[in-house]
Amino acid sequence: MLSKKASSLCHGEDSSYFHGWQKYDSDRYDKLTNPKGIIQMGLAENQLSFDLLESWLASNPDALVMKRPNGESAFTDLALFQDYHGSADFKNKLVNFMARIRENKVNFKPDNLVLTAGSTSANEILMFCLADPGEAFLLPTPYYAGFDRDLKWRTGAEIVPIHCSSSDGFKITMCALEEAYQRAKKLNLKVKGVLVTNPSNPLGTTLTRDELNHLITFSIAKNVHIVSDEIYSGTVFDSPSFVSITEAVMDRNLEHTDLWSRIHIVYSLSKDLGLPGFRVGMIYSNNKTVVSAATKMSSFGLVSSQTQFLLANMLSDMKFTDKYMKENKERLKKRKETLVSGLKLAGINYLESNAGLFCWVDMSHLLVSNTFDAEKELWEQIIEEAKLNISPGSSFHCTEPGWFRICFANMCAETIQVALKRLKDFSQSINSKKKAGSCSRQRRFLLGKWVSMLLPYDPEPDR
Amino acid sequence: MVSMLRKQEELLSKIASGNGHGENSPYFDGWKAYETDPYHPTENPNGVIQMGLAENQLCFDLVQDWLLSNPEASICTAEGVNYFRDIAIFQDYHGLPKFRNAVANFMAKVRGNKVKYDPDRIVMSGGATGAHETVAFCLADPGEAFLVPTPYYAGFDRDLRWRTGVQLFPVVCDSSNNFEITREAVEAAYEKAQEDNIRIKGLLLTNPSNPLGTYLDRETLRSLVSFINEKNIHLVCDEIYAATVFMGQPDFISISEIIEEDIHCNRNLIHIVYSLSKDMGFPGFRVGIIYSYNDKVVSCARKMSSFGLVSSQTQHLIASMLSDDEFVDRFITESAKRLAERHRDFTWGLSQMGISCLKSNAGLFFWMDLRHLLKEQTYDGEMELWKVIINEVKLNVSPGSSFHCANPGWFRVCFANMDDETMNIALSRIRSFMSKYKEAKMPVKKLCWQRSLRLSTSFRRLDDTPCMSPQSPLVRART
Repeated sequence: MLSKKASSLCHGEDSSYFHGWQKYDSDRYDKLTNPKGIIQMGLAENQLSFDLLESWLASNPDALVMKRPNGESAFTDLALFQDYHGSADFKNKLVNFMARIRENKVNFKPDNLVLTAGSTSANEILMFCLADPGEAFLLPTPYYAGFDRDLKWRTGAEIVPIHCSSSDGFKITMCALEEAYQRAKKLNLKVKGVLVTNPSNPLGTTLTRDELNHLITFSIAKNVHIVSDEIYSGTVFDSPSFVSITEAVMDRNLEHTDLWSRIHIVYSLSKDLGLPGFRVGMIYSNNKTVVSAATKMSSFGLVSSQTQFLLANMLSDMKFTDKYMKENKERLKKRKETLVSGLKLAGINYLESNAGLFCWVDMSHLLVSNTFDAEKELWEQIIEEAKLNISPGSSFHCTEPGWFRICFANMCAETIQVALKRLKDFSQSINSKKKAGSCSRQRRFLLGKWVSMLLPYDPEPDR
Repeated sequence: MVSMLRKQEELLSKIASGNGHGENSPYFDGWKAYETDPYHPTENPNGVIQMGLAENQLCFDLVQDWLLSNPEASICTAEGVNYFRDIAIFQDYHGLPKFRNAVANFMAKVRGNKVKYDPDRIVMSGGATGAHETVAFCLADPGEAFLVPTPYYAGFDRDLRWRTGVQLFPVVCDSSNNFEITREAVEAAYEKAQEDNIRIKGLLLTNPSNPLGTYLDRETLRSLVSFINEKNIHLVCDEIYAATVFMGQPDFISISEIIEEDIHCNRNLIHIVYSLSKDMGFPGFRVGIIYSYNDKVVSCARKMSSFGLVSSQTQHLIASMLSDDEFVDRFITESAKRLAERHRDFTWGLSQMGISCLKSNAGLFFWMDLRHLLKEQTYDGEMELWKVIINEVKLNVSPGSSFHCANPGWFRVCFANMDDETMNIALSRIRSFMSKYKEAKMPVKKLCWQRSLRLSTSFRRLDDTPCMSPQSPLVRART
């Protein structure tokens, strides 16, 4: 009756990534009304700096009731504005903003920017443009769980994971790239490109120069695209500083080669400015055909003109945005340090990170066995007992059990202290159970040995 | 050079490299003519008047007054800024409950409260454009098809087909019976599809119709409902023009009303596409709605809505506005009145010049009959006349072929996207063209030959393929 897409599970929402959210939805923490509820640490949102945005709004009332500088109402023009090229003013401000995030080491042309309804839509559109059904993109693991839906569901494209390992700090190696490519070949999948998130979700790290160079070398050798989702580029709060794919390509003097037209960036204001509700995503590409096709496809999810107008005004206040970005990063850094102190107290290791809204932590020592089943068990315990919704590594296709992503920027300072205490208590309780379990197993072993010494020896046990 | 380009093209998908978006049609010469020479009352009084854009601009004064009196509806005013934080982070694809409630309420009011809508079935989309594509993704696999009565909105060729791989199969409606959709025509199209081995998944209706401006009577709707039930195929009703029914005309009958009274109808087959772009005149805000009576479709469409959610800032504004019952009632009534007046003035003006239009009682346009002005009753003849209308009369209207009309010589003329003064100028231009035309008919051969010669030097030759009507997104911003 319905299409195969409607009936399939490819929307990916049956993953544990989303199950945790559902659990959270039914028992949400509230300091006053539900202090024993589940604290949401599975949502990569930036809620640390709204006060800055709100005070800007309070000082700039005109922009926001859709009035132009000359006092005339912009309402009618905005209500009618549905040009899929987007507001030129808004795009000028966006490319300027993107360049400043990259310390003006690169600049972007507004004509190469396509506005989309969030980066969810941007990523899907790029797949429609770059891959036919059945063709594949390589993605380093662990990767954002939403990609399974965004890149594959309606496009028919495939994802082949590039296995990254904790022994390398989950970095992308040339070897892993090549291995993934060969694996795709064995599966008869034509590889059209590599998609990376830089800074990484869930790792919270920026790609190193080496990694970027590996990607570039690989892309040249295999003649494939590079899609760089730089949605967290404005959240780099520590060294090393962010190096965009564009900068890396230019540093190798490759901007006049055909590689240049295979570099595509995805961006959004959902993380850096904390505005996911406004659905402001974008694709930046040097490839005219891609820009042209993507622009037409953006018809299926344009950015509301009302929102374009508001944000064009906000982004034109460069003094404000510079101040915001600086202050925001400081708050993120401080919040991350709070989380890290808490993790240390709980005896939990974590990956060193310099960006993002989350930490990638290693709880494998709390697993009963080094398996994904054990990871799932642990995760369920964390939700039921610790009442924390954190995201299990398997939902990010991590190849090693026991890793979890913990978000830290979507709650107030008080709540994170509550969360950290729960984590510490939980960790201690699991550790004690494990110790007790291993003592009792030792006792049973000794007892068994002693008992078997008492019983007659039977060389042929029943099968 | 050519092989390098081809190599680069192969690196992209077929969808990106192909022409499935439909915009490479020579049709867009008309839009280019408008864009390079747009009419302005003082700055460019001889420019091309845009009559190819189905927009409702007649009631913005009412909305602006409302905005001034309701500052909290904008999250950016002192009154509304307390909402800012919660709205800015709200990305739940269920949408703001108050938004869904307000839209459900509005949809019911537009239908005279004869039916009720369940807010939990309201699914957001990126405009009706996004809604149609999503519905196609939910209901049909690549290669499967929807029946669509002609003439139909040209954007469907892209929206329903481009990325989905779904096909459109025309139900040919003819001028001989005023383009009515007959049971016979629908059955014939269905049979033809069977013969061609095309699996039909549904029937798509736009009601009120674009480009006709007419709406279906109860009997026709019942007949179509019985047809889709018999064949067990879906019925998708695009009711985007529901509130544009002119004052004084018979009530619009929504598909919702029909299925309320038909207990035998399988509701899992019924889906509505809606939007605020036409009824309210808000195409820029991208408020598209899918309303399905099928739970699985609601669930799937909702997941797909992630690809085109309505900005929460806009949801908040719309929720406030459409919850104001007094404003909504006043808006719906006044809009219907102004549309009726504008339609009457325009069509009366045309009738004085011997130009008739299909009798219509809704929409933002009328369907103009210029068959008597064609040199030959062919699509080439239609294209020639159209070029004259653009270049000489300086009006951008939409030729029927771009709506897949079976009979050459019809044109869609939009009337709600301009003020009265511009309408009068458009009428006077048509008047002077018609008087020149009547004179020119006397020494027929020489003048006609000269005219067609001039046209062919300025435009590419057309082939026989039907042309696309531009979608509004092609209108370039001037700021």
